[in-house]
Amino acid sequence: MIPLSHYLFVSAVLFAIGTTGVFLRRNLITILLSIEIMLNAVNLSFVAFGRQMGTVDGQIIVFFVMTVAAAEAAVGLAIVIGLFRHRESLNPDAFVSLKW
Amino acid sequence: MDSALAFIPLFPLLGFLVNAFFGRRLPQAVSGGLASAAMVASFAVSAMAVWQLSGLPIESRAIEQKVYTWIASGDLAIDLTFRVDPLSAVMILVITGIGSLIHIYSTSYMHDESGCEFARYFSYLNLFASFMLVLVLGASFPVMFVGWEGVGLCSYLLIGFWFKKKSAADAGKKAFVVNRIGDYAFILGMLALFAQFGTLDFQQLATRIAGMPVETGVFGLLSVAALLLFIGATGKSAQIPLYVWLPDAMEGPTPVSALIHAATMVTAGVYMIGRNAVLFSHAPETLTIVAVVGALTALMAGTIGLVQNDIKRVLAYSTVSQLGLMFLAMGVGAFGAGIFHLYTHAFFKALLFLGSGAVIHALHGEQDIRNMGGLKRELPITYWTFLIGSLAIAGVPLLSGFFSKDEILYETFHQGHVLLWVMGALTSLLTATYMFRLVFLTFHGERTPHAVPSHSAHAAPSHPAPSHAAAHPAPSHSAPSHSGSHLHDAPPAMAFALIVLAIGSVLAGYVGVPHALGGHNQLAAWLAPSFQAIGASAGEVAEGAVAAEESAAALELTLMLVSSLIAVAGISIAATIWLKRRAIAEAMARNYPGLHRLLLNKYYVDEVYNAAIVQPIRIGSEEALWRRFDVNVVDGAVNGAGAIVASWAGMMRRLQTGSVRSYAGSMFVGVVVILGYYLWK
Amino acid sequence: MLDSNLHAIVPLLCVILSALAVMAAEAFRSPGEDMPLGGLGLVGLIGAGASAVALWGRNASSFNVIVADNFSLFITLLLVVVGVLTIMFSGPVVARDGLPKGEYYALLLFSIAGMIMMAMANDLLVVFIALEILSLAVYVLTGIRRDDARATEAAFKYFLLGAFSSAFFLYGIAFTFGLSGSTRLDRVGAFLAAQSMSDNPLILVAIGLLLVGFAFKISAVPFHMWTPDAYEGAPAVVTGFMSTGVKAAAFAAFTRVFLSTFEPFTGDWAPMVWALAVVTMILGTVVGVAQSNLKRMLAYSSIAHGGYLLVGLVSANDIGKAAILFYLLAYAVTNVAAFGVIALLGTKDRPNDELRDFAGLWHTRPALAALMTVCLLSLGGLPPTAGFIGKWYVFSAAVSAGYYDLAIIGVLTSVISVFFYLRVVVMMYMVERDAALTPPVKIAGLGMAALVASIVAIFYLGILPSRVLTFASQSISTIF
Repeated sequence: MIPLSHYLFVSAVLFAIGTTGVFLRRNLITILLSIEIMLNAVNLSFVAFGRQMGTVDGQIIVFFVMTVAAAEAAVGLAIVIGLFRHRESLNPDAFVSLKW
Repeated sequence: MDSALAFIPLFPLLGFLVNAFFGRRLPQAVSGGLASAAMVASFAVSAMAVWQLSGLPIESRAIEQKVYTWIASGDLAIDLTFRVDPLSAVMILVITGIGSLIHIYSTSYMHDESGCEFARYFSYLNLFASFMLVLVLGASFPVMFVGWEGVGLCSYLLIGFWFKKKSAADAGKKAFVVNRIGDYAFILGMLALFAQFGTLDFQQLATRIAGMPVETGVFGLLSVAALLLFIGATGKSAQIPLYVWLPDAMEGPTPVSALIHAATMVTAGVYMIGRNAVLFSHAPETLTIVAVVGALTALMAGTIGLVQNDIKRVLAYSTVSQLGLMFLAMGVGAFGAGIFHLYTHAFFKALLFLGSGAVIHALHGEQDIRNMGGLKRELPITYWTFLIGSLAIAGVPLLSGFFSKDEILYETFHQGHVLLWVMGALTSLLTATYMFRLVFLTFHGERTPHAVPSHSAHAAPSHPAPSHAAAHPAPSHSAPSHSGSHLHDAPPAMAFALIVLAIGSVLAGYVGVPHALGGHNQLAAWLAPSFQAIGASAGEVAEGAVAAEESAAALELTLMLVSSLIAVAGISIAATIWLKRRAIAEAMARNYPGLHRLLLNKYYVDEVYNAAIVQPIRIGSEEALWRRFDVNVVDGAVNGAGAIVASWAGMMRRLQTGSVRSYAGSMFVGVVVILGYYLWK
Repeated sequence: MLDSNLHAIVPLLCVILSALAVMAAEAFRSPGEDMPLGGLGLVGLIGAGASAVALWGRNASSFNVIVADNFSLFITLLLVVVGVLTIMFSGPVVARDGLPKGEYYALLLFSIAGMIMMAMANDLLVVFIALEILSLAVYVLTGIRRDDARATEAAFKYFLLGAFSSAFFLYGIAFTFGLSGSTRLDRVGAFLAAQSMSDNPLILVAIGLLLVGFAFKISAVPFHMWTPDAYEGAPAVVTGFMSTGVKAAAFAAFTRVFLSTFEPFTGDWAPMVWALAVVTMILGTVVGVAQSNLKRMLAYSSIAHGGYLLVGLVSANDIGKAAILFYLLAYAVTNVAAFGVIALLGTKDRPNDELRDFAGLWHTRPALAALMTVCLLSLGGLPPTAGFIGKWYVFSAAVSAGYYDLAIIGVLTSVISVFFYLRVVVMMYMVERDAALTPPVKIAGLGMAALVASIVAIFYLGILPSRVLTFASQSISTIF
């Protein structure tokens, strides 16, 4: 059986990939995807922990998180569409009228 | 015990509310009358309270009214309690009494304002009085702090009352910044005491501190707390290094200068030290600092006062100087003498400011004394009352200032601070000189409306009414139309205030006639219990002081003689320079027309006079002290504190680039720091 | 009768039902028909408030994850106050700016529901879900003016960073779950109490990640970057709502999780929160000085206020705990009113939220200027207003817990902060109005009523604070 630490390590790597994606990528859609990667990395941890304990709690929590992530993605995409209508751009650095 | 105390600050507060909400719809007479009536009512209640107080036995001479428990939770309980004891009794009488007179004076002084502005003025003035009364009646630090912050706010609003002039707005800003620095120290001092004693009630604090050893030679918690509170006092009471705002505060209406920046608010620092006399007595190191700062301020402000040409600025520096004397008294432990001087000073300085207001009013905004002169004939009431005020402040025997100043100097000498005594005596000399320079230049000699072009930045903003200025085009510049015409002396409301204050300036000192002159110094005996912790037998201490005073009567009489001579000398110097020289010049002009031109042509005499007297003083005080120290160092520090914050702000706001990726980067850095701390600690 | 198991969720249900009612009404609204949707929301909120009062002291709990102890009820009542005031301010603003009425009120009520849920949550997963409910609604509210590019940009920044931070928060929950086998706060607490001697790095990582999530919601530095942009871009009435409601809800959960569940590890998290408090107070104040837009300035002010609240949290003594609740209430009432003034002064074309728009307000609208002055003085912590008592409590808590450094920095920054609050006062009273600017608008009666109510509350909390303080200390005692 694969030990827990392996799952956690993969999860941490995924989380780190998502995190760096958020502030290194220059496309709004990719940034949204990076956040999804972060959430799914956490889901992996939940499932791994749940399996370790031998309960289904971890997997049930994942359902909640997935629901929340779906809602979040819907709102996020709606906002991105709104942004695109104003500026015809998906580069996050194009939106700097609010600063200082 | 007596539920009436709350009414003392409540009346002006009601006046404020009425004027703030309905003032603009009321005629001037009603809104001004209401405001004044509120003050008079407050004075009446104060007088009754003090009367009741005087009937109590000396050991328990305090009336308390706990309005309700203000802040209470667990072991922390702060009551909104008002307390009248001998010290605050003196203060409430001064505030409500002189406050009433200044309100009455203002109804006439401000009558050129539009109805809305008039009501705004009186609402601020009433609000100020209310907060000031809370400040002195508060039985604990937090309640005092309510008043402390409130009077600061009102002072700020009133300095900038004629905000259309940039100088007024700037002055308001400066007052604000300086006072914030002082307030910062004050709050910290308060928190330090709270941390140590768990209470902030003045009586309880005094009782607990009295049980502690005096911090001689060590700079312990009491000394630190006292020092922080004193820094707070230097902000409010305009002492080195935080005095710079007060001269600029003269941009406000003159009655405001009289009430806030001479008689009441600026004395709050002195009052606060008196209120915490037990604390300060237990911190002798801090007390020495208080005395030295006070003496230095007194001397320095006195020299600066000598070369100022704006009538109100002379009085402002004089106020700083007199406050310095009060702090000197506090610093040598003569709390009674300091409060005595506070009380007499309130009379004559309010009188002088109101008198200068009457002059400015008559001259339609002119404030440069070089453009005045000869007003004695045209403004007789103003002249005579102003003269009385000047005599009183100069310390001429038998007037109020004489007794109080003398007591300070005597106590200073008696405690062995000879150097400080010399500084105090020099200050007295300077006081007499610059005050009579003011009197002679303003009221004697001939009117010289255009000797110096009015500095528009100074003359214009202090004009009583910008709206009035519009009706009479540029009155301060159109002086020719007035110079020939008859000037109007103070109208009845103003004259009334002047006369009452003049009587006060003469008589106020008689409550503190020293034993050496066969008096009983009732005020010192009256105040003594306030400077003791409850339980210390106040009567005994007062009697002990009496015995000590009697043994030193000879010394006191000698010093009195010295200071009388100083006052006379100061006046003579002023007369020689600013009165006689002019008289000589006039006589010369008649007898020797050729020489007249020479003399009038400022070079000859002025050159000598300049070289011999004015230049050394000017270079010494104006150049070195005023321009270099005052304007560059102190102003620089005050503005610098603001500038540092502003430049940091300017730099730090650039971190907010607007790019959401950099925001995420900042968050990531935060995450790395937090997790790094936990993983590698 | 309800099953007693359901009592605790009654306040929550009231708000959710009114939100659903608003949505249903909007769906059946014929075009052009005017419906009192705000009134529906008020009914729900008042129901929530009444049920919260009825539940007071009963320690009800539903499904073991929603608890209606006095602590959460205090926050619930606070949120009801914020919600009622916001709806009163919203009425005129929604009509003026042509905001989509149904969506606006529904989202407002859903986010209040999320906030109440967050305060009541006794389970980390419920905290997370509540956080997302309130956040998603607030993101949309921020960008509700879709035609405004700046509002959309603000919503986008808020959303993106919010989602980013909730991922960290969720990761923290995962670690807590993995360690203790549960997400329920009482079980986690019991586990941690048993572990308090061990030096398990995973516990510390979990603490750190949860801290990040909370720090974002209360805009602690360096997680504050979204705040000025979102506050400036959002409609003023929404800013007032989110700057108070979100902060109150986040602090409620923060307090519950850190002062109760993670209490055995106080020695580990306190230094970090101490550092956050220091940088938050300093940066919020200093940068606030440089702002010329009033909403942005109040955004930095609200960052600084978050710092003062953190001081109460670090102190972690009885005074500090009560201080957090009192401060939240004082701040909420004051800030909603201050943003209410800004909202009421705006017009459809111009928000009128620059500092110069306030020049000479005293001469054109004296009542509004006076009310704004009171708000600003309270934010600056001047007596006798609510803000003074709040600050007094927080700093005396810090002093009695031995955090003299925090008290000194706190007093210094609040002294500096008065500078920028007073700048607005100076503008209103001492600067003449620029004639080129649009004249101030007529103020609707409902908005004025809300303002007056807030001002009364500010003075009530400043002059007669003891009753509310007693409630605050009673309610804080139920979770410790």
